[in-house]
Amino acid sequence: MATVSAPKQVSVKEDAEALRKACQGWGTDEKAIIAVLGRRNAAQRRQIRHVYEEIYQEDLIKRLESELSGHFEKAVYRWILDPPDRDAVLANVELKKSGNKHHVIVEISCTKNPEELLAIRRAYHARYKRSLEEEVAYHTKGDTRRLLVALVSAFRYYGEEINTTLAKSEAKKLHEAIKDKKFGNEDVIRILGTRSIAQLQATFNCYREQEGTSITKNLPKDSSDEYIAMLRMAVRCLKDPKKYFEKVLRRSIEGIGTDEDALTRVIVTRAEKDLKEIKELYHKRNNVPLDKAVDKETSGDYKDMLLTLLGNEV
Amino acid sequence: MALPVDIEALDKAFSGIGVDEKSLISILTNSNEEHKKSLRKGSSKLFIEDAKGFERSDQSSIKILKHQFKRFRDAVMLSVLHPWERDARLIEKAIRKGPKHYNVIVEMACTRSSDQLLGARKAYHSLFHHSIEEHLVTHIKGRERKLLVALVSAYRFDGPGVNEDVAKSEAQILYEAINNGEKNKLLDHEDAIMILATRSKQHLQALYQHYNQSYDKTLAQDLEGEGILKDTVECLCTPQTYFTRVLEAAVKEDADEESKRALTRVIVTQKEQLVKEGFVPNKIQDILLGLYKDFMLASIASGDIK
Repeated sequence: MATVSAPKQVSVKEDAEALRKACQGWGTDEKAIIAVLGRRNAAQRRQIRHVYEEIYQEDLIKRLESELSGHFEKAVYRWILDPPDRDAVLANVELKKSGNKHHVIVEISCTKNPEELLAIRRAYHARYKRSLEEEVAYHTKGDTRRLLVALVSAFRYYGEEINTTLAKSEAKKLHEAIKDKKFGNEDVIRILGTRSIAQLQATFNCYREQEGTSITKNLPKDSSDEYIAMLRMAVRCLKDPKKYFEKVLRRSIEGIGTDEDALTRVIVTRAEKDLKEIKELYHKRNNVPLDKAVDKETSGDYKDMLLTLLGNEV
Repeated sequence: MALPVDIEALDKAFSGIGVDEKSLISILTNSNEEHKKSLRKGSSKLFIEDAKGFERSDQSSIKILKHQFKRFRDAVMLSVLHPWERDARLIEKAIRKGPKHYNVIVEMACTRSSDQLLGARKAYHSLFHHSIEEHLVTHIKGRERKLLVALVSAYRFDGPGVNEDVAKSEAQILYEAINNGEKNKLLDHEDAIMILATRSKQHLQALYQHYNQSYDKTLAQDLEGEGILKDTVECLCTPQTYFTRVLEAAVKEDADEESKRALTRVIVTQKEQLVKEGFVPNKIQDILLGLYKDFMLASIASGDIK
């Protein structure tokens, strides 16, 4: 369930005017921006952008980019985009960085449903005049490339049907690959890259039945091998997206310093989907509500934005 | 007694692609039993004389005839189905029938627009309760699998803006992959597959030009004999060459049934493209017969109707 509290009826004209007012004159009224945008769903945000452009003859996003800065600006920019466009932008930013673990690419290909992933691929075409898969192929190599291209290219069957015999045999194949440390072998790539989500879940369950432990536990943790770490991430995303995101949040907050990029990414991309359940998992796991942890670890307008997206009145 | 001209006409009615229904009606309905007996005796195609001098039908010839009668029906079906369902069914059949039919999968994946291919993938989900990729992986064990899965999974960008430097360097990558003595390992060459399966058609066409300029031969020439790799390159870069080749193979003297079926498939599904390329049906119309011929020629004639 979503955490964002967007009223059913809004006046997008009034919203556009309020945002205009917030950006005029000396300084910026960040609170006003958060109060409007932080409480609108994707359809409403789209309409606000459209009306703003009609009335004021300028792009609201560009205006906000120039008025805001830092983590707050990043959060607002990502939040205001249409979800598929946002994911396309996040993917592109990640591909241009070197030496990364490809969180975004793995997340968008393994936690979204087939139609959502398709929408992201279309948005990527429109924005970057390239396909997502050709960019991934260009910026990666070896096993990493084979797995990532397979994952972003997949258009999985959407049905719930399961073939138990197949699940059992593919669980075995996965186990053999893991046992022989052949993590990048063809079986692994094609099973993860082509099977429907329902079929994969059945396969992971069979794996657990056959081997006595979950497949994620058998994949080396904290491996320095970029590919293995990514493979583990992909399996975790496919198996249980909410649990995966809870961990990303936990990791981003715990310890010294905060990983604002990860924190923003999870909150912004899940606030309209299942952030509520992720929050519950977080609370269970950490004995402290996520909102409280965010309140403690972040500050200023950035904090207010996150807390608003988490459903709070600030 | 049947006139020699009737015997010849009967044979002719079955000696092409399709059957000459009108001719058959006129010959057979105007024949009494005496006539028919001598038709049977004179026919070189359908009847054999057994030991007792009895003109019995040659069942294997009759079986082949079945294909000829079916052609019109198949043309109608291909023509009337929604293009997504049509392509999904063509792919599913090709997967089931085996390696000799993989070029059909390449054709579907590489000559359709990105959105048409996507539509076919959606239709495939509905019709067969699996994704195309899953079926490819289940039914194809050979080395073609990697390339075919990659090709059907593509959602290529469709638009201008090719980076010529990258196209040139990728032409070189392909050249080296082909000419460094490991031609038989091409289907496993990761870089080659990535380039062919993910780049836009515009990019690949630019790459094709660079290849030609840099190495004095075309990429297709360099892939002569490489089966679906050559088909892939042709379908993506020079589709008119591919379709012409398919159509010419269909009307050759010794063409097999699959090649003939390709005629129906290409004409029905590509008629707009064929008309745009200035295709003239001279070469093929002589060998077509009957209603099937009418359908094929009318399809081409209407190819510029939107």
